[in-house]
Amino acid sequence: MLSLNISGLENGVVLDHIPAGKSMEIYKYLDLGSLDCQVAIIKNASSKKMGKKDIIKISGGLDQVDLDIIGFINHHITCNIIKDGHVVEKRQLHHPKKLTNVIRCKNPRCITSIEQELPHVFFLADTKTKTYRCKYCEEKYSFK
Amino acid sequence: MPRHLLNPMDFSVEELDKLMDLAGDIERNPDKYAHACDRKILATCFYEPSTRTRLSFESAMYHLGGHVLGFSSANSSSAAKGESVSDTIRMIGCYADICAMRHPKEGAPLVASEKAEIPVINAGDGGHQHPTQTLTDLLTIRSTKGHLDHQTIGLCGDLKFGRTVHSLIEALSRYEGMHFVLISPPELRVPEYITDLLKEKNIPFEEVISLDEAMPQLDILYMTRVQRERFFNEEDYIRMKDFYILNNDKMALAKEDMIVMHPLPRVNEIALEVDSDPRALYFKQAQYGMYIRMALILTLLEVEV
Repeated sequence: MLSLNISGLENGVVLDHIPAGKSMEIYKYLDLGSLDCQVAIIKNASSKKMGKKDIIKISGGLDQVDLDIIGFINHHITCNIIKDGHVVEKRQLHHPKKLTNVIRCKNPRCITSIEQELPHVFFLADTKTKTYRCKYCEEKYSFK
Repeated sequence: MPRHLLNPMDFSVEELDKLMDLAGDIERNPDKYAHACDRKILATCFYEPSTRTRLSFESAMYHLGGHVLGFSSANSSSAAKGESVSDTIRMIGCYADICAMRHPKEGAPLVASEKAEIPVINAGDGGHQHPTQTLTDLLTIRSTKGHLDHQTIGLCGDLKFGRTVHSLIEALSRYEGMHFVLISPPELRVPEYITDLLKEKNIPFEEVISLDEAMPQLDILYMTRVQRERFFNEEDYIRMKDFYILNNDKMALAKEDMIVMHPLPRVNEIALEVDSDPRALYFKQAQYGMYIRMALILTLLEVEV
C-alpha cells in the first residue's frame, strides 16, 4: 500500500479520528480557510479502530481555533495539542454552551431570517439530550 | 440598563405576585394612577395587525395619563423600506419612554431589547411568545379564584399551535398542587416539550379527547380557537374547527364555581348562550389585560405611586 507522509508538527493541533470523508465539514465549521497558518488534511487514512479516518493538522493557530465547536460536531474526535513536537495534552471536548455563527437557524419565522447582520446564536438548552436552541426563536436545531 | 418583558418566565413568582398586587390596586383605585405616567410616551410598534392587544396597551397608557404613538402594520412603518428592527428601536428610543412590539418574526422583540435604551415589551412574536396574555390569564385566575396554586385546569382545543396555552402551562407549572387536563383531538395535542416539562416536575396531567367527561373535575376551563392560519389544508381545518363547542348543556356538567376563560377572539368554540353564564369570564379577562398592562408599564418605567 502506498503511504503519504506529512511531516510532524512542532506546535499546533492534530484532530484525529475524524470519520472518513468528514474533514472538509470540520474545515468549514472551524473556518480554517480564514487562518493564515498551515493546515493539512489527510483523508481516508488507515485506522485500526475505524478502518478509515480523516485527520486535520493545524500548525500554530491554537488560540485562533474554537475547539469547542468540534465538541458540538462530534465529541469522539480526538484533539491533540502539540508543543515542541510532543503531544502535551489530549483535550477533552465538551458540548459548548453557546455557538455563534456556527450553525444557522432554519426556522423561516425566525428574526434571523430577515434582520441584517444578526449573528446566529444557539444555546445548549438540554445537557442530557445535547439539544441546541436558537437564542431568538428557541427552535431546536436539527442536523437533518 | 432598562428592564424588558420578553418571555412570561422573565419574572419570578415573587415579582409576578407584586405585579398582580399592583394591578389589583389599580383596579380598586383607578384615580390614584390617573396621572402616574404624565408626560410619558408609549410607542406601540405593531408590525402585524392586532386589535385587542394594541388597544389594550393604548388604553392602559391613557388610563395612566400618558401618551401613545406608533404604527399598526409593517406597511405603515419604515420596515416597508427595509429598515431593520435594530435601527427602528434606536429611533423609537429617541421619541418614546417605553415600547410594546408585535412582530411576525420570532425573536424580534429580543433583538430590539438588545439595542434599546428603553424598556421593550413583547406584545407577541409570531408563534413564539405572548407574555402579556399569560400575565392577563394569571391575573384573571388569581383575582377570581383568590390564588394560583391548587387548581385543576382544563385546556381545550388547539393545544398544538396555541402559544397562549404553552406559555400558561409553563407559568402555572411553577405553582404547587396544579393538575392539568389537556383536552384536544389527537392531531392537536400539546407538543412533547410541554408534557416533558410536566413529567420532569412531577405535575399530574392527563390528555383526553372528551370535554364532557373532563368538565365535572375542572376549577378552570381555558378554551382556545382552532386557528385557520395554522393549517396547510383547508379540509383539516374544517374537520377540526367545530370539534369542541362549549354550550349550556356542557356548562351544566361543570362545578358552580368553575370559570371559563378564552384569550379571544372566539369563533364558534363557545356558543353565545354561554356569555350570560356568570362563570363566563372571557370579557372580564380582557379588562384584567388592561390592568396588568398598566401595572407592567409602571413597573418597567419604575414609576412609584
